[in-house]
Amino acid sequence: MRRIAFTVNGTRHELEVEPRELLVYVLRERLGLTGTTVGCDTSSCGACTVLLDGESVKSCTLLGVQAEDRDLTTVEGLAQNGSLHPVQEAFHAAHGLQCGYCTPGMVMATVSLLSENPRPSEAEIRLALEGNLCRCTGYQNIVKAVQTAAAS
Amino acid sequence: MAVTKERTTYIGTSVARKEDANLLTGQTRWVDNLTLPGMLWVSVVRSPHAHARIKGVNMSKAAEAEGVVAAFSGTDLAEEWAGALPCAWPVTEEMANPPHWPLAKDKARYVGDGVAVVIAESRVLAKDAAELVEVDYEPLPSVTDVTKALDDGAPLVHDELDSNRCYTWALAAGEVDRLFAEAAVTVKERYRQQRLIPNAIEPRGVLVDLTPAQGEFTMWSATQVPHIARVTLSGTTGIPESKLRVVAPDVGGGFGSKLNVYAEEALCLVLARRLGRPIKWIEERSEGYLATIHGRDVIQEIELAATAEGKITAVRTRLTAAMGAYLQLVTPGIPLLGAWLYGGCYGVEGYDFECVGVFTHTTPTDAYRGAGRPEATYAIERAVDALARKLGQDPVDLRRLNFIKEFPAELASGLTVDSGDYDASLDRALEMVEYDAVRREQAERRERGDSTQLGIGLSTYMEMCGLAPSRILAAIRYGAGGWDAATIRCLPTGTVQVLIGTSPHGQGHVTTFSQIIADRLGMAIDEIEVLHGDTSVIPLGMDTYGSRSLAVGGVALYNAADKVIAKAKQIVAHGLEVADYDLEYDAGRFTVRGTDRSMTVKEAALAAWTAHNLPDGMEPGLEETYVYDPPNFSWPGGCHVAVVEIDTETGSVDLRRYVAVDDVGTVINPMIVDGQIHGGIAQGVAQALFEEAVYDEDGNLVTGSMVNYMVPSAAELPNFELDRTESPSPTNPMGVKGVGETGTIASPAAVMNAVVDALSPFGITDIDMPATPERVWRAIEEAR
Repeated sequence: MRRIAFTVNGTRHELEVEPRELLVYVLRERLGLTGTTVGCDTSSCGACTVLLDGESVKSCTLLGVQAEDRDLTTVEGLAQNGSLHPVQEAFHAAHGLQCGYCTPGMVMATVSLLSENPRPSEAEIRLALEGNLCRCTGYQNIVKAVQTAAAS
Repeated sequence: MAVTKERTTYIGTSVARKEDANLLTGQTRWVDNLTLPGMLWVSVVRSPHAHARIKGVNMSKAAEAEGVVAAFSGTDLAEEWAGALPCAWPVTEEMANPPHWPLAKDKARYVGDGVAVVIAESRVLAKDAAELVEVDYEPLPSVTDVTKALDDGAPLVHDELDSNRCYTWALAAGEVDRLFAEAAVTVKERYRQQRLIPNAIEPRGVLVDLTPAQGEFTMWSATQVPHIARVTLSGTTGIPESKLRVVAPDVGGGFGSKLNVYAEEALCLVLARRLGRPIKWIEERSEGYLATIHGRDVIQEIELAATAEGKITAVRTRLTAAMGAYLQLVTPGIPLLGAWLYGGCYGVEGYDFECVGVFTHTTPTDAYRGAGRPEATYAIERAVDALARKLGQDPVDLRRLNFIKEFPAELASGLTVDSGDYDASLDRALEMVEYDAVRREQAERRERGDSTQLGIGLSTYMEMCGLAPSRILAAIRYGAGGWDAATIRCLPTGTVQVLIGTSPHGQGHVTTFSQIIADRLGMAIDEIEVLHGDTSVIPLGMDTYGSRSLAVGGVALYNAADKVIAKAKQIVAHGLEVADYDLEYDAGRFTVRGTDRSMTVKEAALAAWTAHNLPDGMEPGLEETYVYDPPNFSWPGGCHVAVVEIDTETGSVDLRRYVAVDDVGTVINPMIVDGQIHGGIAQGVAQALFEEAVYDEDGNLVTGSMVNYMVPSAAELPNFELDRTESPSPTNPMGVKGVGETGTIASPAAVMNAVVDALSPFGITDIDMPATPERVWRAIEEAR
């Protein structure tokens, strides 16, 4: 077991993890942050996307120990003082989610995209979200949600 | 039945979804998010062979591994089963249905067939220990290709049968042979519906809790069908139905893959019973590619007979449909859900359909979005284009000539289409896509030998959904009814609970059904709570599949509101001391005609609860249930048009535009309906261009993970251009029809007709799906 310390959604955590434990399972099973979901075992679907020092990463591609001293944000950390984050608001307004399983990953990837490129074109949005799979929406309203968030 | 026109505030408007708040903030109840004290994890050991005799299973190393509580082979658990896993649709009396045990005992029959389980204190320890199970396999020859499974000498999937044929099912009407003999023109086409993997983004998962002293079990499952699972798993496990509660909590997509009753559900129940502790199983994605049902895998032969003018007189269809290694819940019936539709929206006189179901050493097939109807639509729409080419006609003109124009319309195949206007949706789609302009551009590109060729493809589809009238289901030997139920519970404080028998997993039932009740009972949308997916809360239900939730469950709810209003009226009349015919009802309020004296449904609910002043003999409480058995299927239709550009040097297909004009009857929430259509089109486009499950000669699933099975991302798809025409269904008071599958049903044909149209200057008349660059490039090279 290895002892690690990192910050998630503004809260400092210290815990012991197995060296082989993936970050997504550290979040879900050790910290109970089950908003981040697991949709595949090949780093293909992006459901597990979180922010690592502000940039999106698939939390199934990192080991928990790699989060040492890093600052993580998960979907649970987006809403502030009971108000949804503008990206969450936009997904709601644009019907950018149906079953919602991919949604935390989509929302986190969008937050990351808009911090890097506040006014992305439709093509840039589609390319930026290439690593996040959704089976319900056909992506059309996800793209619209990103555009809505960018305009807000 | 006439469609009721009431004053509506919510129906027909794009109310933002009530479902979203928890999904957007991560406050979700996926099965994988649930834990219980003392919970154990199960890992399933699966066969790496497509066909093998199981000579022995050695658990000793696994049993000694860290954290392991137990390990069992199929033989070890043999005494646990009261019955095999259910197949609820024995389509013919003589259909072969060899027992499907939750763990294989003597033989593994596909790669992924479960042969043993290991139960341990954690997810990781269970998985580690599963690696230590030693299975002594004797590999045997296998057959995974549906076209080879009926050959003489093909390896048998089930030794007790004398061939791999599961059933032959036929439907015929009219003088088909005569019509073909007299036909001026005929076409005969062969199409391949490749095998698909549904890919709901939430993998399956099961958690079972129990009260050993009472023999009570609760199963949370990522399922579309908690009610059906409860009935059938009772039969498999021997747990009395009355002691089994099934809960579908938040469920992350289904598309038919969770319309099933799976080995892992049965295993978790019996392992909990055997070990006396809660049991959890969560599917890994690559595991799911083997262990969750696949879709399609059908070879289609279709022949059309037509007059010299192009009037189609008869259609003859032969299907060879892969069942996989075993029959899952409704495996054999899936190709037959298209059996009535091979004439499309065209009024043919002669109809001849036959389907042979075939076992192969593959993951079982079953319902995948559209289930039988995308296949039927694909065959007739591709064949109509082939006929147009043969006749030298524009595919638009040929379709118009043949459209059914009067409704209700009795099909030669025997069912009755409720309503439609196929010309209207075609007109609108052609207008949106600017058909003539696209044809001009196509001609110019052909003229100048442009390396990028343009293709335009139509799919004027209709389909039957809203499953289904119970009497028709009986006639086709389906094991359950097609009704659904809804309960409206008016609480004394003025809010309402709505209990629905359908079980949503992304479709927005909570919002849509709230809209119906808000209008009918004159309430605000937030005063209504919609409960679903728990057999202890919702005693009556038939769950969600086959685009049935609104067309059956929604109508049950609408009708339940009639009963609430009727009872409330009695209470109000009594309270206001007037005759009930003196009361006018509008949006939740009863008013004494010609006065300002009134009382609301909410006030009636309180009066019903206090029961201080009710009419003699009236039962207290204002709660009504309606169980609705639809008199007919619902019959959406419409026109989809795809425009593709094909780079003839590389074979790459670019979907430039996609126009969809759908007629799904009355629309309750346009935003949700559009979302359903977007997603449906995306899955159909994916079948046409991207996705294919491939087995190698040895029966290995080559496309065994998301890395090599091409689920499209946002980067591969365009925006879809949508509009609607509206032919309300006359069979229900709201005029609604189903919508969940239309996009997937219509789109493969539109895209592939466009691909073939683009390639027609090369003399190419067919390309197998998916039309990958390699396939298209090879076809062009062979044709050059």
